[in-house]
Amino acid sequence: MNVGESRSVNAVLGVLAWAAGLLFFFPVFWTVLNSFKEEQDANTSPRLLFDPTIDRYRDVTETTRGLLSFREAFTNSFVIVVVSTVIVLLLAIPAAYALAIKPIEKWRDVLFFFISTKFLPVVASILPIWILAREFGLLNTRIVLVILYTAMNLPLAVWMLRSFFQEIPRELIEAAEIDGAGLRGQLTTVILPIAVPGIAATALLCVIFAWNEYFFAVQLNPVDASTMPIWVTTNISTRGDFLAKLSAASVLASLPVVIAGWLAQKRMIRGLAMGAIK
Amino acid sequence: MASVRFESATRLYPGTDRAAVDQLDLVIADGELLVLVGPSGSGKSTALRMLAGLEPLDSGSIYIGDRDVSGVRPRDRDIAMVFQNYALYPQLSVAENMGFALKQKGVPKAERIVQVREAARILDLEPYLDRKPKHLSGGQRQRVAMGRAIVRRPLVYLMDEPLSNLDAKLRVQTRTELAELQTRLAVTTVYVTHDQVEAMTMGHRVAVLKDGVLQQCDTPHKLYHEPGNLFVAGFIGSPAMNLVPGDVASPIGIGGHELELSQDAAVAAGGAEQVVLGFRPESVTVGAGEITGEIRVVEDLGSEVFVHVGIHHRNEVVPVVAKLPAPFLGRPGESVSVGVHGAVHVFDGSTGLRLTTSPAAAQRVAG
Repeated sequence: MNVGESRSVNAVLGVLAWAAGLLFFFPVFWTVLNSFKEEQDANTSPRLLFDPTIDRYRDVTETTRGLLSFREAFTNSFVIVVVSTVIVLLLAIPAAYALAIKPIEKWRDVLFFFISTKFLPVVASILPIWILAREFGLLNTRIVLVILYTAMNLPLAVWMLRSFFQEIPRELIEAAEIDGAGLRGQLTTVILPIAVPGIAATALLCVIFAWNEYFFAVQLNPVDASTMPIWVTTNISTRGDFLAKLSAASVLASLPVVIAGWLAQKRMIRGLAMGAIK
Repeated sequence: MASVRFESATRLYPGTDRAAVDQLDLVIADGELLVLVGPSGSGKSTALRMLAGLEPLDSGSIYIGDRDVSGVRPRDRDIAMVFQNYALYPQLSVAENMGFALKQKGVPKAERIVQVREAARILDLEPYLDRKPKHLSGGQRQRVAMGRAIVRRPLVYLMDEPLSNLDAKLRVQTRTELAELQTRLAVTTVYVTHDQVEAMTMGHRVAVLKDGVLQQCDTPHKLYHEPGNLFVAGFIGSPAMNLVPGDVASPIGIGGHELELSQDAAVAAGGAEQVVLGFRPESVTVGAGEITGEIRVVEDLGSEVFVHVGIHHRNEVVPVVAKLPAPFLGRPGESVSVGVHGAVHVFDGSTGLRLTTSPAAAQRVAG
């Protein structure tokens, strides 16, 4: 392929990439746009120009007695997601160490066991889970979702962290070992600082999965300790126009994840390990 | 400071049949710089890692001083190690990197600063103490890695090819500095390299390993002039020693010309079925001598010239290298006469062991 040819191929690929990008972005863009409209504007023929209003946001965040409020759902989600993610990291970091840095015997089997817990479709396990939750009096509590989201994200976190830990130059850990650092010293001086981008990426995924989880939440916590995805559905009305209001609710539900992504991205700077070796 | 002793130290990697280090017996004197050298896969790095405690021993034991450290954790062995890729802590500054081991030991901060400054002064690193490793050049990183080792005075320094990531010029310069530093600090040092020039120039003694087995451990001079076997003979020296097969049945000779062996040498060689004759390139003359040959390649290094010649020996053309002073006027393709003057080693063809060496002065190929 000559230079001119490859340049025109690149141009075509560029246009295709933009088209695909816009196609994916458009629904998000339209949702955000709709959330600032009056209901009648949102439901009539699509218009780009309109008088923006934040009334819909006011509507959805209003607290009505007897109904799941934004504040309540947000607090529940926030607590459940943060607590479960912290627990996942606390468990997954030592597990990943044992699988990547000082591999235990049969680490392959252990690794496979972790992922095998994800083989069963959640629908197939919901009945026993529901019965267990009821027996332990955990229905409609934050605890039940913390437990489930921890269990749900743990295998993934172990797998991800293991591969990040494996990329840490082995000599660095050995150098720390010879320099007199114990396990804690090795973790704090070598492993964790270098694995920060990986840990941030793992935490982000855990946050996203837990924040967006709907099935367990709606089955186990429909009354109390309900989470944001459930709150979004409460804004679906069976009568009248609802598109703008639902859009506002969707934007509010997605915003924390977007912020979490932005925060995590700042941590995911590449090349942190640069200068360590060679 | 202490001596180091390997006693039948063996390491067999799981899933392999052949030991990476096989029954290694080696004594390293207090303050000595011993170089472990060998081709890749010879077990030299494994031997070092066993001494560091990074590889467990499958049998045998290792002593530092009088203490059996075979089961002791790396951090309790009082050693310092310099890694091939330096292994600097990327998020710590040069000063923090160098002071890390002291901090782990619980040395007070004020004292740490003094010791780090002292090491930095020795290694010319003072201007860089606050920098992170990524803002240093390769040579500076190498010095920080050294600094991390010398900042404390351990019983033994372990160095795993510390110069192999430097460019050729810097490597030669650092080699000298390192040898000087080691003499000054007088800390027992075990140095691993695959580079025989590095081994010969730096080591007080050099241990040559092959396939996990120690071949010979001697001073550079002895290794060069009295190699214990064919492997050491071929490995040490550049260009390599000329090795030419010969039989015992007929008088030992090269290119149809009998080799004058001393009486003792002839007796020693008599027991072997096959022998291999070895002579250094500097023992070969081109343009004078009784053997006929043809020039193949001429490598002019300026100060000296390596001349590759094919000689007729036992109905074959055998390659021989001569190291001659410059200038050399012959060209490839020319027929020349070749002679051997100097020490000729006689090796047992089947065991590879050196049987005898003809004294250099008396040696020449008779017509």
